[in-house]
Amino acid sequence: MEPAADSAIAETPLTLRGVHAELGGRPVLRGIDLTVGPGEVVALLGANGSGKSTAVRAAVGQVPVTGGELALFGTPVRRFRDWRRVGYVPQRSTAAGGVPATVREVVSAGRLARRRLRPLGRADRAAVDRALELVGLADRSGDPVEALSGGQHQRVLIARALAGEPELLIMDEPLAGVDLASQRILADTLRSQLAQGVSTLVVLHELGPLEPLITRSVSLSAGLVEATNACHPHELETGIL
Amino acid sequence: MLELLDYAFMQRALLAALLIGVAAPAVGIFLVQRRQALMGDGIGHVALTGVALGFLLQTNPVWMAVLVSSLGAIAMELLRSSGRARGDIALAMLFYGGMAGGVMIINLAPGGSTANLTSYLWGSITTVSPQDITAICVLSAFVLCVALGLRRQLFAVCQDEEFARVTGLPVRALNLLLAVTAAATVTVAMRVVGLLLVSALMVIPVVTAQAVTRGFKATLILSMAVGVLVSISGTVTSYHADVPPGATIVLIALGVFAVVSLLALPLARHRARRSAQPSPATENALAAQP
Repeated sequence: MEPAADSAIAETPLTLRGVHAELGGRPVLRGIDLTVGPGEVVALLGANGSGKSTAVRAAVGQVPVTGGELALFGTPVRRFRDWRRVGYVPQRSTAAGGVPATVREVVSAGRLARRRLRPLGRADRAAVDRALELVGLADRSGDPVEALSGGQHQRVLIARALAGEPELLIMDEPLAGVDLASQRILADTLRSQLAQGVSTLVVLHELGPLEPLITRSVSLSAGLVEATNACHPHELETGIL
Repeated sequence: MLELLDYAFMQRALLAALLIGVAAPAVGIFLVQRRQALMGDGIGHVALTGVALGFLLQTNPVWMAVLVSSLGAIAMELLRSSGRARGDIALAMLFYGGMAGGVMIINLAPGGSTANLTSYLWGSITTVSPQDITAICVLSAFVLCVALGLRRQLFAVCQDEEFARVTGLPVRALNLLLAVTAAATVTVAMRVVGLLLVSALMVIPVVTAQAVTRGFKATLILSMAVGVLVSISGTVTSYHADVPPGATIVLIALGVFAVVSLLALPLARHRARRSAQPSPATENALAAQP
C-alpha cells in the first residue's frame, strides 16, 4: 500500500468496524460498520432503542466496545488521548446543577480540552467568544443557563463543543425538543463548521433542516445497520450550499 | 470589642474561624453543585473515628482525623463513581460506621471516655491549641489552592462528568482530589464548628449566595464572603455570650440565609420577567434566514 493512502486511512476521523457493545449485560450494538471521512456529515437515524446513542457514546469512549474495532483518527479508542480533536455534544438533560452557572462559564468548560489543568488565557477567551457568536448567544453570555429555553440550552452545549475547536463533532440528538428558530441557527452553525473542514456524526430522529448538509445517512435497527443512503455529495463539492 | 484580641486563645480561634469561613464554602460549592450537600456530614462522622484513634495512639487527633476522613471520602467517591451502591445508602453506612467506630475506640483508649469527644463534636473556641493552628493553616492553604486553582476543571467535572471525560480531563483523579479536599476542610473546621455542624458552613453560605447570583464565579466569591462573615461574627458572639461557637455560627448563617432569601424574592421575579422576553440575537438570526 502506498504511504499516501496509508495516511489517508490513519486520518479518517471515525471508523467503526463490526462494533459490539453492551449495556448492563444486554447487547445493544451487534456489529456496526460506520465511517465518518474527512469533511463528511454522517447522520445516524433509527427508532428509540435502536442503539444510536450507544454508538455515539461508544465513539467517545463512554461505553466500552466488547467486540470489533473503533478508531478515532486511526487510533483505537482505548488508546486515544488526543481528545482536543473531538467535540462532543451529549443529549440535553433537563437536570440542572445545584449552583447557577452562566452561559459563558458552561461554554468555557469546552476549552479545557485544550488547556487541561492549566488556567484559561486570552486565546481561550477569544475562542469562547467565537463559539458564542456562532450559535447566536453572544448577548446571553452572562445569563444563567437555567433561564434559557430548550433550544437555547442546546445551542450552549454545541458552543461548548465548538469552543475546543474540534476536527470531529459528535452530536447526540441536537434537534430534540428544539424550536424552529434554534434548529435553523444550528443548521447555520453546522454549515460554517463544514466550511472549515470539520467532520460530523450526528444522531437525528429526522433529517429536518439539516438535510441539505448531510453527506450520508445510516439507519440503525436493533443494533445493526439497516440501510445506508448517500445524500448530497455533489452539492457539497460544487458549493451550491 | 478589640480587647478579645488580647487573649492568645481568641487570636487562634479567630484565625481558625477566618480560614474556615473562606475554605469551607470554596469546597462546598462543588458538593452543592453535584447535589452531594450531605457529603460533608458523612466525612464529619468518619472523622470522629480518626479523632478517637488519635487519642488511642497518643498522636495529634487533627492529623489522624485528616487521614481517616480522607480514606472515608475516597471510599465514598469510589462507591459513587462505580455506581455499585446507591449514593444515599453508601453515605448512611459511613455515618453509622464513623460514629460507632469513634465511640468504641475512644472507650478503648487509656483513660478515654466519650467526654473527650465532646469538644470535637460541637466545637469550642478555647481548645484550639498552637499545634492545631499549624495544622489548620497548612490544611486551609491546601484546600484553597485546590478549590480556587482548579475551579474551572472541578466545575466542568461536577457540572457534566461525561463531557469532562471526553475533553480528556483526568476526571477520576479530580474527583478523588475533591474528596480529599472536602475531608481536609472538615478537619480544619472541626475544632471551632464541631464535626456535627461542619457541613453547614460548606452548604449554607453557598445556598445563601446563589439566591442573588447568576453565575458560578459570583456564587463562589459571595459564598466565601458570607462564610467569613458568619464564622467571625459567630466566634465573637460565642466569646461575649459564652455559648458554643459551632451552634452560634450555624444559627447566624441560617439567619443570613433567611434574610437574603427574602430580600432576593423581588429580584427573582424581575429576572423571570426579563428572561421571558426573546433574545435580540435570535430575532436577528431569524430575520437573516432566506
